[in-house]
Amino acid sequence: MSATDDRAPASGVEERAGVPDPVHRPVPQPRTRIVLAEVSRREDRHERTRAELAEQTRVGEALVRGLVRAQLALALRLSLVVVIGLGGLPWLFAIAPSVGRVTVLGVKLPWLLLGVASFPFLIGVGWAYVRLAERNEQEFTDLVQRPER
Amino acid sequence: MENALVVPAIVAVTLLTVGIGFYGLRLARTTSDFLVASRAVSPTWNAAAIGGEYLSAASFLGVAGLILKYGVDVLWYPVGFAAGYLALLLFVAAPLRRSGAFTLPDFCELRLGSRRLRILATAFVIFIGWLYLVPQLQGAGLTLATVTGSAYPVGAVLVAVVVTANVALGGMRAITFVQAFQYWLKLTALAVPAIFLALQWQADARPAVTPPDGPTFRTTTSVVVEHPATLTFPDGEVRGVRPGETVVFEAGDPVPEVAGVTIDAADWLLPSTAGADDRGLFATYSLILATFLGTMGLPHVLVRFYTNPDGAAARRTTLVVLALVGVFYLLPTIYGVLGRIYTPQLLVTGQTDAVVVLLPEAALGSGTTGRLLAALVAAGAFAAFLSTSSGLLTSVAGVISTDVLGRGSVRGFRLATVIAGVVPAILALNVSGLDVSQVVGLAFAVAASSFCPLLVLGIWWRGLTDLGAAAGVLVGGGAAIGAVLVTVLGPPLSGWPATLVAQPAAWTVPLAFAVTVLVSAASRRRVPADVGATMLRLHAPDTLRL
Repeated sequence: MSATDDRAPASGVEERAGVPDPVHRPVPQPRTRIVLAEVSRREDRHERTRAELAEQTRVGEALVRGLVRAQLALALRLSLVVVIGLGGLPWLFAIAPSVGRVTVLGVKLPWLLLGVASFPFLIGVGWAYVRLAERNEQEFTDLVQRPER
Repeated sequence: MENALVVPAIVAVTLLTVGIGFYGLRLARTTSDFLVASRAVSPTWNAAAIGGEYLSAASFLGVAGLILKYGVDVLWYPVGFAAGYLALLLFVAAPLRRSGAFTLPDFCELRLGSRRLRILATAFVIFIGWLYLVPQLQGAGLTLATVTGSAYPVGAVLVAVVVTANVALGGMRAITFVQAFQYWLKLTALAVPAIFLALQWQADARPAVTPPDGPTFRTTTSVVVEHPATLTFPDGEVRGVRPGETVVFEAGDPVPEVAGVTIDAADWLLPSTAGADDRGLFATYSLILATFLGTMGLPHVLVRFYTNPDGAAARRTTLVVLALVGVFYLLPTIYGVLGRIYTPQLLVTGQTDAVVVLLPEAALGSGTTGRLLAALVAAGAFAAFLSTSSGLLTSVAGVISTDVLGRGSVRGFRLATVIAGVVPAILALNVSGLDVSQVVGLAFAVAASSFCPLLVLGIWWRGLTDLGAAAGVLVGGGAAIGAVLVTVLGPPLSGWPATLVAQPAAWTVPLAFAVTVLVSAASRRRVPADVGATMLRLHAPDTLRL
């Protein structure tokens, strides 16, 4: 099973602009020409930053390293939250057995913490990660697609 | 147990599974349809399918049985099974999807460009897949034997045949629908009876889960002895029983203690680490590490990520899966706890895995409600065997058809499916003494010690080399497999060696990471030349379309 290249062309318009249809009249409508010009100008700028990243220039390399570092730091910070919040529990019960005997609403605290509270906690951390990771990516995209550098 | 509704319920689930499979078959035309559902699966369907595939016999039956037997300590199993998806989300989901890798061997080749590493990864995928398939088939055999009185091989062979045929004929597109359906079936099959059980417990004036004198029998119960055992009664009486003997307990009799089962209320209610027991603490942390980090290395979990359209969708899907799985894991605890009251005989027989199936009739009586709910639970249990086995079989068959047979055709995939299905079926028929939950736990430990370092370091560290990855997989995964073999085949151990072998992850996972990093650092010249481009591909936002 090879990983096929699944990148779609950037836009259908761009493709049509590159391959003129030989059968139909090549006389474009004025409005169409404006659209094509805009697309091509935007693609130009886009193309330059993309090339810089893809060709591993020093600027591009530094940008990617920064993104990877930011995402890894985020993942590590949030896993630290879980390591302390959940991973600390066995240790807590070991050094302070009285904590394990506390009863809340007729149920022992370890049962409530592990059997019920841990799941919303994990989902909350996951939700925070998705939000923050997408923000990191948005910042990276803005940086790369900044009009003038 | 005689319940005329159970067999029709199981047959209905099986027919529905096959029916949805054939509905999918009409849509599956090309090899791409078979392997990755042509990436046309919506995130909600995909998340339900991942959840349905993940919640196996160990989750549906095993967790409740373990809670009944061991109490609060084993709540780490459901917590860890759910937290595994958080680790997957944080470190693997989006980059793995962007890599375009469909299987773990694909990822090895894409990231490190090594054919030999690919072969090694293939061997581990097949080993973990089969290790996980055997207890699923066994669970099916034992459940069918419990609820219908059929012979053990019937259930195992039934599930093996249905799943193999369904996967071979419909491929993954079909099982995406099947799996999504089965998630909701499993949730319903545990949630609806749980509501009735809670109401019944209220109506019975809330009997104490841990009465001060220990658990007692509520009704007259007879237990047929199959293995020689020693029963210790709370008043100090010790009685040996022999196979074939029938022990009858009257209503109100205390439940005797059988070696190895926690009867004592305080032990059951409180974390075992509350004492000064280092081994208990080590085993708990080992279990946490195996389940947190093992999920990402399970072959049937990773395959699903390729059906997401891009990295961001993979992340969102994973979050939905975490939520779906978290909701499900609230339920087995209820069964385990109420099992202390309504099915204490399981503590004597040791067949605690049957608690989920037996509890509805034990608590609600064998009237219509009790029988209907028992049938629903049995159907849910079968859905669990069918869905997890389907997912495992698809991924093992995918790896066999591309890496062992070397053919990408639909016929090759079908042949691979038959091969992948026959081997664990034969194993399941010949090895019947394995404990379902423990073997599943060992599969997690092997996955956490082999593929977790490979994936995490491969995605985040430029310095990983093919030699380092191979050494880490061989040493870490090899040590974990050694522990599995000693547990299954070796002599009984005691003390620290027993703990280190039964819960190996706490030493094999750090070992695997350390070996991978050290060997990679020593072979720095082998870092792939295109590592920069690979990193860009893995981490660049999807909107840039690089």
